[in-house]
Amino acid sequence: MNLERLLILSAILFAIGLYGALTRRNAVAVLMALEIMFSAVNLAFIASSRYIVPSSLRVDSFIPSTETVQSLLTGQIFAIFIIAVSAAEIALGLAIIMVVYKNRDSIDVSELNSLNR
Amino acid sequence: MIFFVLILLALLGWLSLVMVGLFAIVGFQDGVFWVVSTAMISAAVGVVLAKDIFKAALCLVATFLLMAGLFVLLSAEFLAVVQVLVYVGAVSILIVFSVLLTRSMAEKRPSIPLQVVAATLSTLLMLLIIIAVSSTDWVVIGPDLGDTRLGLIEEVLGDTPQFISGMLLNKWVVPFEAASVLLLAAILGALVLIREQRDES
Repeated sequence: MNLERLLILSAILFAIGLYGALTRRNAVAVLMALEIMFSAVNLAFIASSRYIVPSSLRVDSFIPSTETVQSLLTGQIFAIFIIAVSAAEIALGLAIIMVVYKNRDSIDVSELNSLNR
Repeated sequence: MIFFVLILLALLGWLSLVMVGLFAIVGFQDGVFWVVSTAMISAAVGVVLAKDIFKAALCLVATFLLMAGLFVLLSAEFLAVVQVLVYVGAVSILIVFSVLLTRSMAEKRPSIPLQVVAATLSTLLMLLIIIAVSSTDWVVIGPDLGDTRLGLIEEVLGDTPQFISGMLLNKWVVPFEAASVLLLAAILGALVLIREQRDES
């Protein structure tokens, strides 16, 4: 249960999500792979916030208080923002997918190339 | 029927025996970490490779739940609750609904060159991150910090919701408001996109 292990796990999850996002052809599956990538980044942030000493704690000269120690939780704050952004992204992405499905009767991402013509 | 139940029970007993042995060898936290991480990686592979899109969505739910378990292990209980509420409760329901509403098409397999390119790209990225992680000299929380600091760290990590809320509304209040505006814009955008087009006449 140390930092390197968790970061390597997050790297593996990110790579799996990247492979899925590049190869899946169903648009909903691409969004699901994106969610795996978001989760991997979240895991990296939270592992860092649990294990890495913030620089305000490393200075020997002053006495740390809870105000300085709570900068330890910055990683968790970042994770909250990532969750909010990914919730917005999934809502808009699914709305776009529904509109595309209504208009073209297919959500295969390799067929969505009408901007190309 | 009885036969299958017996086989299932035997498998479960074997699995719990293996897990107890693992916990006895590497300790409880490490054992939980290994079990959860292997399950999470296989669930993520299931999301990426499953032919049936609904099974992929179920694997995604499993991934999110296991991730919440890992958050609890990292003493981020608030984040674990938020993960279960937002991802398992809301995002998965949205995804399952859109799977149901878009008629499941027979998904063609991607072409072989695309698979090879994607696999090499993601493997290279993964190896790069792993090399960078293992070659960096991390300054981690350890006994060399001294008892007062370790006590303060314990205090902060033991009551994360209080400190997270305080930080969100003091130091990070501008990003917090920006995130709320973003969510509002996303809601309005989704409503405008999905609305039924009515004829003016």
